[in-house]
Amino acid sequence: MAQQESQAVERELTMSRAMVEAIAHEMRENDEVFYMGEDVADYGGIFDSTEGLREEFGYDRVMDVPISETAYIGAAVGAAQAGMRPIAELMFVDFFGVCMDQIYNQMAKNTYMSGGNVSVPMVLTTAVGGTYNDAGQHSQTLYGTFAHLPGMKVVVPSTAYDAKGLMHNAIRDDDPVVYMFHKRLMGIGWMPAPDGPKTPVPDEPYTIPFGSADVKREGSDVTVVTLGLHVHQALEAAETLAEDGIDAEVIDLRTLVPLDTETILESIGKTGRLVVVDEDYRSYGVTAEIVASAAEERLADLDAVERVAVPDVPLPYARPMEDEVIPDVEDIEAAVRAVEP
Amino acid sequence: MFEDMVTARYYEERLQEEYLEGKQPAFDISAGPIPGELHLAAGHEAAAAGVCRHLRDDDTVTAPHRPHHVAIAKGVDLKRMTAEIFGRQTGLSGGKGGHMHLFDPDVNFACSGIIAEGCPPAVGAGLAAKKRNEDSVAVAVLGEGAISQGAFLESLNLAAVQELPVVFVVEDNDWAISMPKDRITDVDDGSLRAGGFDMPGVRVDYDDATAVYDAAKDAIGRARAGNGPTLLEVQVHRRMGHFMGDPQSYRPDEDTEAAQERDSIERLADDLREAGVEDDDVEAIRERAHDRVDEVIEWAKDQPEPDPEAAHEDVFVNPPSGVTTDEPTHELAGSDD
Ligand SMILES: Cc1ncc(C[n+]2csc(CCOP(=O)(O)OP(=O)(O)O)c2C)c(N)n1
Repeated sequence: MAQQESQAVERELTMSRAMVEAIAHEMRENDEVFYMGEDVADYGGIFDSTEGLREEFGYDRVMDVPISETAYIGAAVGAAQAGMRPIAELMFVDFFGVCMDQIYNQMAKNTYMSGGNVSVPMVLTTAVGGTYNDAGQHSQTLYGTFAHLPGMKVVVPSTAYDAKGLMHNAIRDDDPVVYMFHKRLMGIGWMPAPDGPKTPVPDEPYTIPFGSADVKREGSDVTVVTLGLHVHQALEAAETLAEDGIDAEVIDLRTLVPLDTETILESIGKTGRLVVVDEDYRSYGVTAEIVASAAEERLADLDAVERVAVPDVPLPYARPMEDEVIPDVEDIEAAVRAVEP
Repeated sequence: MFEDMVTARYYEERLQEEYLEGKQPAFDISAGPIPGELHLAAGHEAAAAGVCRHLRDDDTVTAPHRPHHVAIAKGVDLKRMTAEIFGRQTGLSGGKGGHMHLFDPDVNFACSGIIAEGCPPAVGAGLAAKKRNEDSVAVAVLGEGAISQGAFLESLNLAAVQELPVVFVVEDNDWAISMPKDRITDVDDGSLRAGGFDMPGVRVDYDDATAVYDAAKDAIGRARAGNGPTLLEVQVHRRMGHFMGDPQSYRPDEDTEAAQERDSIERLADDLREAGVEDDDVEAIRERAHDRVDEVIEWAKDQPEPDPEAAHEDVFVNPPSGVTTDEPTHELAGSDD
């Protein structure tokens, strides 16, 4: 047994396998947990988000639903209010427009508008991200949209280890949680992932509390705050910068709501320089939020600030234009150099 | 019709070849000359060809994520469409839209990758025609998977109560990605939904281009004459995966084989021969279509890639001054300096 366990911790999983492992565990433990979405049963999720679940739990608990996001995401709200623990998948976050009322006016607000008398313990999973030239309706990241609207917790894992722990937490949480996974990190057959997201993952369940950012690399010269795919790009940039004697600290936010400002401020206290990297649009987004919070609390410590984000244009299709707007490793390096004295 | 159909089929065969280039050994969707998703319409051609034969340039068509056959039948500029799919500067949108987002205002063609979302704009085109007393019509094309979507049902209702010149064309290929039709609707005949809106609903059961042509003639004639919308469902088949790279492990082999056997193009070729058209003439049409496609693809591949800076243009037709760009600000914050 002990030997088995030590082997288990050695095993590396893709981010999608780690997510699915948490979901399967919660489904085994609790009959009230079920999964609804398009192509989640036989296909196993377009991004492998439910791979193998239908085989174990059957069509009743891993439900393919008609293409009618308003109906089934709204139904998840209703089932959650009835005390169940549904997980509903919005295949691409870009499709939120067809069902935002159920997300924003029902899922996110019912607890507040009922004076706390109604709870909506559901998880909305959704795929985010570009870098594969799928144009404006399938490549957005939209972290800011969901984090901006009050009433939902927003989770963005960047590694398999985090994906599992955050998923356990998401399903057990009594509030609605939006769980945004980046396609490029999932480890799917047709979209190669960078090396970073595949990590050792323990067999047994564990939770990662919301609102705890992770310092993925310690450094003393500049604080790079980011999330999702760009954690890995920031780490890569940090390695190159280290060769030039610039020591970057890389903070992975892991959750946007709640936001762990404490960890960010502590780091700024050490470095005095802040770079925020986001794959979402620049204006009114994650970068603005982090910089504003830092300025509110630690203006005196801040020597320089840079934001790296998608300029305010829809994601273009052609490769040279997509490369132009989505931040990459070089953009992060340049921003770090720009805040260096 | 035959020429539109063979053009569409061959066009997509060529796109498929180009698409697969550079994607191997392990399939990588973002590699090669055509990255991103690619949804091919092999097996759907009869629906588009039969309907669009009745349309003029001033009629509007909104197509879904699987648009090439419809675009070809509607007369979208094939060169610029191909350049767009290759992400080139001379493409319909200069490489901004790509294969799921083709816009050709010259022939009033548009498409969207969001399911059923082409329906409301088609209703809007019909509304504009009615308000202006013009006799143009609008056609919204969608899949059977889209008929559960709110935008579709709301559009049927609005078109019906306003008696707008709109035809909703549902291409029923039995599959919505991996979901077979019986898992997402309890009503086999999608055209029955028309009854709930008091508009005619017609279903063409087999992907027979001539039968589609006849049914569409009535529906479009009715719209053009000011007699309101029609819902037309056409049985088509999906010869391939949902998108290129779809392993289709959810689909029974018999189903794929049955789809391959049911070739609407060969069926129409047989009909033409039976109607007395010479074999040579049928072959000549095929050859002409193939030559045109080969030429267009070679042309498109030679086109320049867009300037990366062009990504910042076209957000607005009338750009406000001082719009945010991603120019690094190099702003210094704080009081220490
Ligand atoms: C609102 C929305 N939900 C989901 C999707 C993802 N999606 C793309 S195509 C598709 C299936 C469409 O099936 P159908 O309408 O039958 O057309 P087909 O692909 O079979 O031609 C789905 C679910 C989407 N693009 N938009």
